[in-house]
Amino acid sequence: MTSRGIRIALAGLVVLMVLGLVAYGYGHEDDPAPGDAAGSDRVKGTVTVFAAASLTESFTRIGRDFEAANPGVRVTFSFAGSSALATQINQGAPADVFASAAPATMRTVTDAGNADGAPTTFVRNQLVIAVPKGNPKGVKGLADLTRPGVKVALCAEQVPCGAAAEKALDAAAVSLTPVTLEQDVKAALSKVRLGEVDAALVYRTDARAASSDVDGVEFPESVGAVNGYPIVVCRAAPNRAGARAFVAYVLSDSGRAVLDRAGFLGP
Amino acid sequence: MKRRRGTQRVPVGLLLPAALGLAFLVLPLAGLLIRAPWSSLPRRLTEPGVLSALWLSLRTATAATGVCLVLGVPLAWLLARVTFPGRRVVRALVTVPLVLPPVVGGVALLLVFGRRGLIGSWLDGTFGVTLPFTTTGVVFAEAFVAMPFLVIAVEGALRGADARYEEAAATLGASRWTTFTHVTLPLVAPGIAAGAVLCWARALGEFGATITFAGNFPGRTQTMPLAVYLALETDLNAAIVLSLILLTVSVAILAGLRDRWITGP
Repeated sequence: MTSRGIRIALAGLVVLMVLGLVAYGYGHEDDPAPGDAAGSDRVKGTVTVFAAASLTESFTRIGRDFEAANPGVRVTFSFAGSSALATQINQGAPADVFASAAPATMRTVTDAGNADGAPTTFVRNQLVIAVPKGNPKGVKGLADLTRPGVKVALCAEQVPCGAAAEKALDAAAVSLTPVTLEQDVKAALSKVRLGEVDAALVYRTDARAASSDVDGVEFPESVGAVNGYPIVVCRAAPNRAGARAFVAYVLSDSGRAVLDRAGFLGP
Repeated sequence: MKRRRGTQRVPVGLLLPAALGLAFLVLPLAGLLIRAPWSSLPRRLTEPGVLSALWLSLRTATAATGVCLVLGVPLAWLLARVTFPGRRVVRALVTVPLVLPPVVGGVALLLVFGRRGLIGSWLDGTFGVTLPFTTTGVVFAEAFVAMPFLVIAVEGALRGADARYEEAAATLGASRWTTFTHVTLPLVAPGIAAGAVLCWARALGEFGATITFAGNFPGRTQTMPLAVYLALETDLNAAIVLSLILLTVSVAILAGLRDRWITGP
């Protein structure tokens, strides 16, 4: 055998090995978790929650309360833009619960058959204009954002807060040119906190969570751009019992109270 | 001689990990190619946002490489040829952008060059210039992240170069500057070219520092990686197509340059 032949044969072997590893992974992914069907009243293990960035503060709090109420359970969160999370879930990320900041994003998961049952809308959120503490530019409404010398950050239209911002601006018939279209609501807010922009359209809850650095200016047109937040148990949830218990806890009075305090509206 | 070396038996202990390494690097690319929606590719290419993002990416990456060459080659020379106290610390500092998560790099840039930053507030107050959310800001972010690649490559080339040529030039009365421009630079030109290529490639793929420091606005600061990230939010296929366009263009340019400028086996 020539060395070229050996090289080709070895390369082929390596490819087969790698493919074999990949196939092994696939074969095992769909196995039902042992003990999944058995007693679901006793919740244990880790519950992995994928939640919209705007839920960061309230869900972290709810997660701690849930752990306290269910000893032996750990809740881990992945907070990011809803659309990014939906993409990850549709690509097989091991999420137990998905909480999205928009029904449209949730639909990409339910349409792909990756939700267990129908989503429940658990809160609604409304936009405000986040301005630096003390409102140095005197912003009172959407129209003020078009003044020259006022730099505005919006969310990109691909993420829920951007879609809501577009709706609100349309409702107000205000056409403004932002300096940047941020990838999620926290990024837009951080541009205000850093003083790089004079205003950003963010959720009321985000402005409230950052109230040490920013003020939230309410505006009437936000009523026409209210976002519903749906939550659902994922079909491939590794810890289905834990996932159901967590969703029930979010919908319970204790969960409700945390979300109210954060500034969310009722469903 | 060369021919013989090529046909010698390759030790399996080297070949196997090499092949695995190659597969590891190439398989994700294959994944992109397999998943790519080929039928819609021409339509996506002609979408207005795509070409402007691609053009912006190529322009800013090239400008950033220019900045890195002007500042990075002298820095590499300093590190390789001059003994000064704290040289090791300086060398470590040069590699900081490699270790720093790019998003943190973007925040750090904002703290210095932002509207309220140390230098940025002065720029704004004196000249009315603000860098964030501008194309210049994109170049800043890319140069910050990519410069270490150039400095490390050029410093390595300088250390590997035969210092006797420089000594000979000095003995013949050439000043240090003349020696640098007439002897050192031609000597390490391949190293500089290799460093510039690495630097350009890194700048082209830059995402975190760019979106944090320069924001995201189509035509002004939305480079291809940013467009890919946002496409990923809603449309996986669009993101794959955009990535492939970026890959194809960059690989074509790099392959073209390699034959032309970087001579070697």
